[in-house]
Amino acid sequence: MKTQTIYQKSSGLTARALTYCPGCTHGVIHKLVAEVLVEKGLLETAVGIASVGCSVMSYEFFNCDMQQAAHGRAPAVATGIKRVRPDATVFTYQGDGDLASIGMAEIVHAAHRSENVTVIFVNNAIYGMTGGQMAPTTLIGQKTTTSPRGREQAQTGLPLRMSEMLATVPGATYLERVSVHDPKHIRKAKKAIEKAFDVQTKKQGFSMIEFVSTCPVNWGLTPQDSLEWAVENLISYYPLGVFKDATAGEDHEN
Amino acid sequence: MKTNEERVIFAGFGGQGVMLMGQMLAYIATDEALHTVWIPSYGPETRGGTANCSVTIAKQMINSPIITEADSAVVLNLPSLQKFEPRLKKNGLLIVNESAIEQYPYRQDIRVLSLDANRMALKLGNLKVANMIMLGAYLEATGIFPKEALFKIFKKTFTGSKETLLEMNYQAVELGMETVRNQA
Amino acid sequence: MAKVLMKGNEAMALAAIKGGCDAFFGYPITPQNEIPEYLSTHMADHGRVFVQAESEVAAINMVYGASGAGARVLTSSSSPGIALKQEGISYMAGSELPCVIISVMRGGPGLGGIQPSQGDYNQITRGGGNGDYHVLAFAPETLLETVDIVKQAFDLADYYRNPVMIAVDGLIGQMMEPVDLDKKPPRKKLKPKDWAAEGLSGVRGHRNTIVSLHLDPYELEKHNLRLKKKYDEMVKKEQRYEMIRMDDAEIAIVAYGSVARIARSAVLTLREKGIKVGIIRPLSIWPFPEKAFVETPDSVHTLLVAEMSLGQMLQDVKIVNNGQRTIKFYGRAGGVVPEAEEIVKEVQKIVRGRQS
Repeated sequence: MKTQTIYQKSSGLTARALTYCPGCTHGVIHKLVAEVLVEKGLLETAVGIASVGCSVMSYEFFNCDMQQAAHGRAPAVATGIKRVRPDATVFTYQGDGDLASIGMAEIVHAAHRSENVTVIFVNNAIYGMTGGQMAPTTLIGQKTTTSPRGREQAQTGLPLRMSEMLATVPGATYLERVSVHDPKHIRKAKKAIEKAFDVQTKKQGFSMIEFVSTCPVNWGLTPQDSLEWAVENLISYYPLGVFKDATAGEDHEN
Repeated sequence: MKTNEERVIFAGFGGQGVMLMGQMLAYIATDEALHTVWIPSYGPETRGGTANCSVTIAKQMINSPIITEADSAVVLNLPSLQKFEPRLKKNGLLIVNESAIEQYPYRQDIRVLSLDANRMALKLGNLKVANMIMLGAYLEATGIFPKEALFKIFKKTFTGSKETLLEMNYQAVELGMETVRNQA
Repeated sequence: MAKVLMKGNEAMALAAIKGGCDAFFGYPITPQNEIPEYLSTHMADHGRVFVQAESEVAAINMVYGASGAGARVLTSSSSPGIALKQEGISYMAGSELPCVIISVMRGGPGLGGIQPSQGDYNQITRGGGNGDYHVLAFAPETLLETVDIVKQAFDLADYYRNPVMIAVDGLIGQMMEPVDLDKKPPRKKLKPKDWAAEGLSGVRGHRNTIVSLHLDPYELEKHNLRLKKKYDEMVKKEQRYEMIRMDDAEIAIVAYGSVARIARSAVLTLREKGIKVGIIRPLSIWPFPEKAFVETPDSVHTLLVAEMSLGQMLQDVKIVNNGQRTIKFYGRAGGVVPEAEEIVKEVQKIVRGRQS
């Protein structure tokens, strides 16, 4: 019998098995980023920056040059790389604790300077790796190990919307929030990643794709229930869409 | 330079150009292949407050760049006079801008030269050259370097749009020198 | 070429350009601002990179990225700013990334002041970052020496794949002195940076990673032992110091940077009075020059440690002295620069103490 390969792991990922928890969407997002890098012929010139959080080991997974950054500092590390190697394709891969809490200054100023890099921002509204603590993105009422009675607005404020916030930064070029809870949205998310890397290739400046993601283990839900919870609760607070596109009508410019 | 070492302090209000006076002297010393160190006061105090710099010029390597006892002091305001007069060594040289300092019980064991530098500068057309009048007085009183050595630095400093300032600065230096000659 | 008169901070900046610095990332802080100010135009003129970062924290992480991509990178700051950079310095040591860091020290703790100080000896030689690591650290005395060491620092950083710190006090940063920028310092033979993660996995045929994470404790211990071997090599090869009038000395002043210079004046005065005093001047403060103390003649009975701090290098002197000689200390803190006469008096006190 003749066999035919109809699907295989992207060559943008290494042979190493992913270490993420079952049902977590990091795997899908890794795959999409890897596929886009391969399909656009960018993998061989890419430098990825792994952040601190669940994706701390992502330098083991992306099949390109990788640097591991200190917590929150990935956009600064990306700045350093891109400024000395402007022909490299530079992307960070950061979670919401890393990007929206400890790394707030670095992400805002990378956008502010319109660094020509791409940020992959994975928002699952919780600190995953450290064991499910409250993040700036945790929803009101959401239970975490540091908000065991549910997040209260009076003490902790309201969840931070990063894409909306960065849209107010004049230097930001392209900002889109996507989800990977079903095939239709996964396809759409891939398009967004393609757009972000195109922005970088065309030297148009700072791009970020925010993913509404899940954390079945720390949310205490099954993978399926997690996806449903994300759609019902996260997407209603973190709406999907393009928050800024400063490239409109400029596609042929440099 | 006649002596082996000269240690001089320039002091005044920020904006009076005291840093520049010291720098000019250090530039001349460098041109003459002498050892020199210029040290500024720095920080908020120099912005509108009192500013000072010290210059050491020597024929051999300069050890401590800090001036404990100065050979000379050129002061453009009263707070600087009060601060630096005690630091002069015996028989040291003090040059004061009398436009800013009227009456003062000067030490008896030092040589004091007093110039109405502000008025002289205004006569030349710009209050800002008072510092160069004082620097001219210092060159004349110490005989440390000829004025030509300073003019060489002027030519390197006042270039482009600043070239128009050259003539007035020459005049200021010469006026300072002349005033000291007449006092002698 | 004839020497040119330059301000310490600007001279260090130009020396960095001449030393082959590809990129600078920094943040304003007194008294080192002339470094970024100078580089903001001159780096561009040389086709190199200058970025004013949003903070010292960001700056050192930009240094990390650029260094990890194979560039020769500089950052500069002053005491509180160096404190903020410690995280990044630890990461760079852990990831074995070269860089040069200039610290123009001011008085502390906290915001402290902005006048010259050596109160960061411990910060620089011990480091505030986490883990078992060291950075090479030099504390030059004059601008001539500062310029030379800044130029060499880039080679040393690349050779050891480790951060190198240049520690000067505010006085050296702010003063002007003639410097010779065309002098060629000794060069190190350097290997190509085949470890850099710079986006060339395609050309190289394999991918590179820059990482300080080793989750397996045995693997991490192995990594630490490998780093230790490197530090041992630095201790062996990079101890730098000067012995000044030590041949017949009975008292040795131990001082570095500007204080050493001030001590030279004190020695002149004391020698005129017939007191046999010399100076042990560390240029490398890490590794601390133990060899200088081995070389110290038996005639020396007392070491007078003089610092612009309340006794930080003093600890290192005590360690290498190991109870052999009497140790005395004189320190000024908070930005007060000692005068030569103060050191003269301290030495005279020692002499009187031995006579009575």
